[in-house]
Amino acid sequence: MATDESLDAFRHRVRAWFAEHVALTGGASDGESTDAVDVARRFQGALFDAGLAGLTWPVEYGGQGLTTAHQLAFNEEAEPYVVPTMPLLIGLGMCAPTLQELGTQAQRDRHLARMLRGDEVWCQLFSEPGAGSDVASLRTRAVRDGDDWVVNGQKVWTSGAQYSDFGLLLARTNPDVPKHLGLTMFVLDMRAPGVTIRPLRQITGGSGFNEVFLDDVHVPGDAVVGDVDRGWQAAVTTLMNERVSIGAGGGGLGRRLGGGEFAALAELAGRRGGLADPVLRQSLASVFVEERLLELLSQRIRADVKAGRTPGPQGSVAKLAGAQLARHAAEVGLELIGTAGTAWDPGDRDAERWTQALLGAPGNSIAGGTPEIMKNILGERVLGLPREPAVDRDVPFRELRVGGGRS
Amino acid sequence: MSAAVVSSAEDLAALRRSVRAFLADAVPEAEVRRLAETRTGFDPAVWARLAGELGLTGLVVPEEFGGSGAGFAALGVVLEEAGRALLPAPLFSTVVLGVHALLLSGDVAAQADHLPEIAAGRLRVAVGGLGTGPRARAIAGTRGWLLEGTVDGVLDGATADLLLVFADAEGGAGLFAVPSSAAGLSRTPLRTLDLTRRQARVELHATPAALVGAVGDGGRVSAALLDRALAALAAESVGGAQRVLEMAVEYAGTRYQFGRAIGSFQAVKHRCADMLIDVERMRVAAEAALGAVDAAAPDLPVAARVAASFCGEAYFAAAASGIQVHGGIGFTWEHPAHLYYRRAKSAELLFGSPAEHREALLRQLGH
Repeated sequence: MATDESLDAFRHRVRAWFAEHVALTGGASDGESTDAVDVARRFQGALFDAGLAGLTWPVEYGGQGLTTAHQLAFNEEAEPYVVPTMPLLIGLGMCAPTLQELGTQAQRDRHLARMLRGDEVWCQLFSEPGAGSDVASLRTRAVRDGDDWVVNGQKVWTSGAQYSDFGLLLARTNPDVPKHLGLTMFVLDMRAPGVTIRPLRQITGGSGFNEVFLDDVHVPGDAVVGDVDRGWQAAVTTLMNERVSIGAGGGGLGRRLGGGEFAALAELAGRRGGLADPVLRQSLASVFVEERLLELLSQRIRADVKAGRTPGPQGSVAKLAGAQLARHAAEVGLELIGTAGTAWDPGDRDAERWTQALLGAPGNSIAGGTPEIMKNILGERVLGLPREPAVDRDVPFRELRVGGGRS
Repeated sequence: MSAAVVSSAEDLAALRRSVRAFLADAVPEAEVRRLAETRTGFDPAVWARLAGELGLTGLVVPEEFGGSGAGFAALGVVLEEAGRALLPAPLFSTVVLGVHALLLSGDVAAQADHLPEIAAGRLRVAVGGLGTGPRARAIAGTRGWLLEGTVDGVLDGATADLLLVFADAEGGAGLFAVPSSAAGLSRTPLRTLDLTRRQARVELHATPAALVGAVGDGGRVSAALLDRALAALAAESVGGAQRVLEMAVEYAGTRYQFGRAIGSFQAVKHRCADMLIDVERMRVAAEAALGAVDAAAPDLPVAARVAASFCGEAYFAAAASGIQVHGGIGFTWEHPAHLYYRRAKSAELLFGSPAEHREALLRQLGH
């Protein structure tokens, strides 16, 4: 609807829309409560009605067919607001682009516009207890039953499963070929019989993720995304879009990398007398430096996207540096709090904040690619170093040892 | 090149290509090593070509004084290449410290005297008293100013044609110009950790000097100059660290042990990835500091200290890691790794330690 609109006029329209709909912004964005989903649905619906949803999506799928520059202008205008679309991001940022690229016409017609309006919430079911970094070693089986499929297995780390309507499921359809060659992607109806969802409690006490158990779940034949046994290529498409959507600044998520840790710590230090300690002063300054570097990296990523350049290694670097900063800041926070960080009154917000930060730090480092995997990627794809010799490349999946440990 | 203002991304890329090609040809590693053994540490013929063919001594000199009037974005590119090649020449001392001391002083007469000579490649300048060490005193005599005292660690101080010295006078600090022929001036080359950048002790005994700018303004000038020096040094360090990373990656990809390229082992691969992570962060830190100079941003002192504290430590970590990847050959005299290792630690400490930069940063932030 806005193809003849100048970027400036578009920007003003976005600004006016946010000013008018400020009541829809803010609120819970932790992606855990169903309240957050309702808030997200309402926001996305209003955005859709205003012609501001799916800015870079093709018009035929309900999008606006605009340029990346429009998306960036939108993101900049959204910056002052807490955009509450976190629960929709997996669907809009990862699942929808996969359907656009690989889905059948019927799948696109049925789902894409509904996703864009916030009417359908999606999740992604790839990881398993035995398949984390090596997701291609997953064991959930999909077996043909006439035209349909019967699925059995277990998924884990499924964000938003409890409130999702659909999910992209990756399952093994042929165990007699090497692991990457026997996978298929399906659209899974999360309310189908045999789908059981259990919240997964993390070390913070929160439950942002779920376990999903699949027991004799019937999946229709027309739910295959892409081709049978070509699910790995489909999964790569999904994961590439994850990177793009993160690299582009969360597609209007409105949250900066590096969330003011230094300011909070400096304020804490001022109140608790830590500013007189030369060692703590060094730590505080280091947090500032790390935070500034993270900001600069994300500026660089945004500039690359804006200029149409393929983002360089800065995305991976920012992910690693962000996790490092989160942990470092938490440690400095607890050092400032001291022994009171081991036991505190329920109303002590300092202790609550920094112990939560400490407990959240390991997840920050592991989720979305462990440092070990990220460094393999940097080493192999950016620096061109030789790959580790693979012992599983030409082995039929059923002969592989997978998982283990305490899964 | 020398006549045009360098600003666009294409200009900067062209500048980078021409400087890199020139240095690869004129100052390859063998030449760097040869010059490290000489008395003066640099080749006047190469210096003349840097000034003439490439216009580098006039790069940031305003056009009215015969230069190209480029900014720190362009200077950063040149320094990155110089750092990559470990160029042993008084470029940093003359073009970063000398030119900007004159520009910041606001002394138009001194600028008119010296900047065209610098741009033409006829004048090499060293700056003393910028760091935290002992400083000279300036005494107002009947026939002008006299300097008294000892200044240590003056970059390229033994070979410069003109010394610019920050000294303390009765009315406050000032910047003073001392020609190399001045009476009562003695200059002693020091032993240096970094074999590719010379330093000297400058002793002044009733040495006649010309005031540049005003007495009382020296503190402002030296603080502003320090910010620029830190930004420039960060850019130079990016070039060195990038080269160190490239050497490590090349070696890790071609050195075989246990039947495999060592770079296929995660212990080595991850070490290289860590270097890449640091180099990428160094790059954005340095570019932000250079950009803050060009934009005259109030944030410059913060950006400069961020760049200095991070780039100093990261360059040295990369240089040490680079040696580690190379194993035994890495700690031989014949391998270039130690030249970068020396340069990196020297750069880390040249204008204050990372801890001092962090302390200064926190004070800049009002804490």
